[in-house]
Amino acid sequence: MSLDISFIGILIGSIMASSVPLILAASGELITERSGVLNLGVEGMMIIGAISGFALMVITDNLFIAIVGSMLSGVIISLIFGFLTQSLLTNHVATGLALTIFGIGLSAMLGKNFVGIPGKEFPILFSSLKESIPFFGPILFGHSIVLYFAFALPFLTNYFLKKTKLGLVVRAVGDSPVSASNQGINVILVRYCCILYGGAMCGLAGAYLSLIYTPQWIENMTAGRGWIALALVVFATWSPIKVLIGALIFGGITILQLHMQAIGFRIPVQFLSALPYLMTIIVLVVISRDSRKIKLNTPTSLGRIFYKEK
Amino acid sequence: MIKIEKRNDVPMALYFFTPFIAIILTILGGGIIFYILGFNPIEALKFYFITPISNLYGFSELLLKATPLCLIAIGLSFCFKSNNWNIGAEGQLTFGAIVGGGVALLFYNQEGFYILPLVILAGAIGGMIFALIPAVLKTYFNTNEILVSLMLVYVSKLLLDYLVVGPWSNPEGFNFPETRQFSDSSRMPLLFEGLRIHAGIFLALAAVMLSWFILYKTYLGFQIKVSGLSLKTAKYAGFKGKTMILVVFMISGACAGLAGVGEITGPIGQLHRMISPDYGFTAIIVAFLGRLNPFGIIFASLVVALTYLGAETAQIFLQIPKYTGQVFQGMILFFLLASDYLLFFKVKILSLKKNELRH
Repeated sequence: MSLDISFIGILIGSIMASSVPLILAASGELITERSGVLNLGVEGMMIIGAISGFALMVITDNLFIAIVGSMLSGVIISLIFGFLTQSLLTNHVATGLALTIFGIGLSAMLGKNFVGIPGKEFPILFSSLKESIPFFGPILFGHSIVLYFAFALPFLTNYFLKKTKLGLVVRAVGDSPVSASNQGINVILVRYCCILYGGAMCGLAGAYLSLIYTPQWIENMTAGRGWIALALVVFATWSPIKVLIGALIFGGITILQLHMQAIGFRIPVQFLSALPYLMTIIVLVVISRDSRKIKLNTPTSLGRIFYKEK
Repeated sequence: MIKIEKRNDVPMALYFFTPFIAIILTILGGGIIFYILGFNPIEALKFYFITPISNLYGFSELLLKATPLCLIAIGLSFCFKSNNWNIGAEGQLTFGAIVGGGVALLFYNQEGFYILPLVILAGAIGGMIFALIPAVLKTYFNTNEILVSLMLVYVSKLLLDYLVVGPWSNPEGFNFPETRQFSDSSRMPLLFEGLRIHAGIFLALAAVMLSWFILYKTYLGFQIKVSGLSLKTAKYAGFKGKTMILVVFMISGACAGLAGVGEITGPIGQLHRMISPDYGFTAIIVAFLGRLNPFGIIFASLVVALTYLGAETAQIFLQIPKYTGQVFQGMILFFLLASDYLLFFKVKILSLKKNELRH
C-alpha cells in the first residue's frame, strides 16, 4: 500500500461516501428534535427506506422512482410515529422503539423475495474529472447526486433554522411550545411536519445504502447506523454543521477499520468492527461531561408531550 | 357526535384492561397484513396463535420462550419505573452468557453439583457488570443511557462472535463458529422427559416474587417509584439518585444475564453466534404490556412468546418469513401506547337527540 497523494484522495472520497447515510439521517432527526420531538425510530425508518428503495428499483427499473419512493415510505412510516405521539400523546421513547422493532420486522418481511438480487449501478456525476485530476478528483467528483445533496444539506439546514421565518417557528415550538401556541402557532402541525421531514431523510439515508453504497438488499443492513445518527445529533449539540463534522469522523473510523482489515492488521476483525460503536460511546461521554453545555443547546421541550386544552 | 374530555385520575381497572384491547387490535391488524399478503386471514391467524399451543410440546415451548422474556422484563421494570431507559438488555444478556459460558467451558470435562450454580452466578454478575457501564456513564458523565446501552449490544455481539470463532471455538469442531458442548453438570435440569422446558423457569418465577417484594414492600421500591413519578420530589425527599440509578441498572443487568445463562445452559448447551432471537429487545415490549407489574409481566411474556412460536409455525406451514413475529411485537406496542389515550381522556359518544335537547 503506497501512501501517495492520489491514494489519500481516494481514501477521503470513500470516507465521504460512508458518511452520507449518517449526514442524511442525522440532519433529518435534527429538525425533528429541534421541534421538540425525540424520534428513536431512525433505525426503523432507515431500514424501511432501504428495502422500499431497492424493491422499487427492481420492480420499476427506475432509479428516480426508487429514490422518491424510499423517501415517501419514510414519510408514511414516520406518520405512524407522528399520529401516536402528537395526536394520541404517547411517550416518545417507547413509540420510537416500537417503530424501530416494527420497521426491522416489516423490512425483512417485505424483503424476503429481494435477497440475493444484484443491484443496479447508480449513475455518478463528473466521472471523467474524477480520473483526470489527481487528489481532488476522487474527492470532488465521481459521486452520486445523493452525496452532493447530503453534503449541502447541513448548510441548508443551518440556513433554514437560523435565517428563515419557518426555521424560527420550528425552534420556537421546540424551545417553548406553550408560548409558541399562544402566539397562534399550531404546535402540533409544525411537529407533524418536522417528524415527516425526518422520516423522508431517514428513508433517503436507507435508500443510499441499498441503492448506492452497497447496491443490494441484506436484512438488517443499516446495522445500527440509525442509532449512530441519533448519537451524532447529541454529539453535534443540535447544530447542523457539527453533524457534518461528526458524520465525517464516523465515516473515517468505518473506512479506517475496513482498510485495517484489508491489510491484515493483527487485531481481530470483530474488534475493528466494534470501533464505531465504542467511538460513539467515548464521544458521547466527552460531549456530555459538561452538562451545562448540553442543557444550553438541547431543545427545551425535547421528548415532552404537548397538550392543548380545547 | 364525539366529545373528548380529560380525565382527572386514571381508573385502575382500565389501566390493566387496555393491554387486552391492544392484543385484540394486534390480532386484527395481523389479519389485515395476512390478507394483504394473500393468505386467508382466519387460517393464518389460527396457524399463528392456536396451532403452536394445541399440544403439550407446544405449550412447553411457549413456557421455554416466555422464561427469558419474563426474566429480562422484570429487570427492565425496575429501570423503566424509575425513568432509566435501559434498552440494551440484549447486550447484557449476551455478556452474561459469555461470562457464564466461560465458566461452563472451564468445567467442560468435569461433573459436580457446584458447577451449575457457579455458571448461573457468573452469568448474573456478567450481565450486572455490563449494565453498570451505561449506569456509571449516566451518573458520573451525564451520558445518555439509551444510546450507550444500545451501542454496547453491538459490542457484546461482536465479542461473542470473536470468542466462538477464535479462542473459545471447539478444537474438535471443524472450525464451526461454536464452543465445546457444556458438561451435563453445567446444564439446567429438564422438568419433563422429552420436553425442553427447564429449571430456569423457577429463576423467572423467583425474580417475579422478589421484584414484587422489593417494589411494593421495601424502601428501595418506594424510592424507585417516587423517582419515576417526579425527580424533583425524589430530590426533595433526599433520595440518593446516583445510587438508585446504579442499583436499578444492576438489577436489570443481572436479570438479563440470568436469561442469557438460562438459554445457553438450557436449550442450547454451548456458545454460538445465535444465542438469542432478540429477547432483550422484545422484553421491552413485554415490560410495557405487563404494565411494569410483576404479575402483569408473567402474562405479557406468555403473549409475546406466542408471537415467536406463531412466527415459527407460520414459517413452516405458510412459508411466511419468521420476521412477522417482530411485526406483531411492534404492533402490540403501538396499539398499547395508542390505547393509553383512553386512560387520560374520556371519549364520549353523544347521540344527536341528547344534543338537540341541550340546545
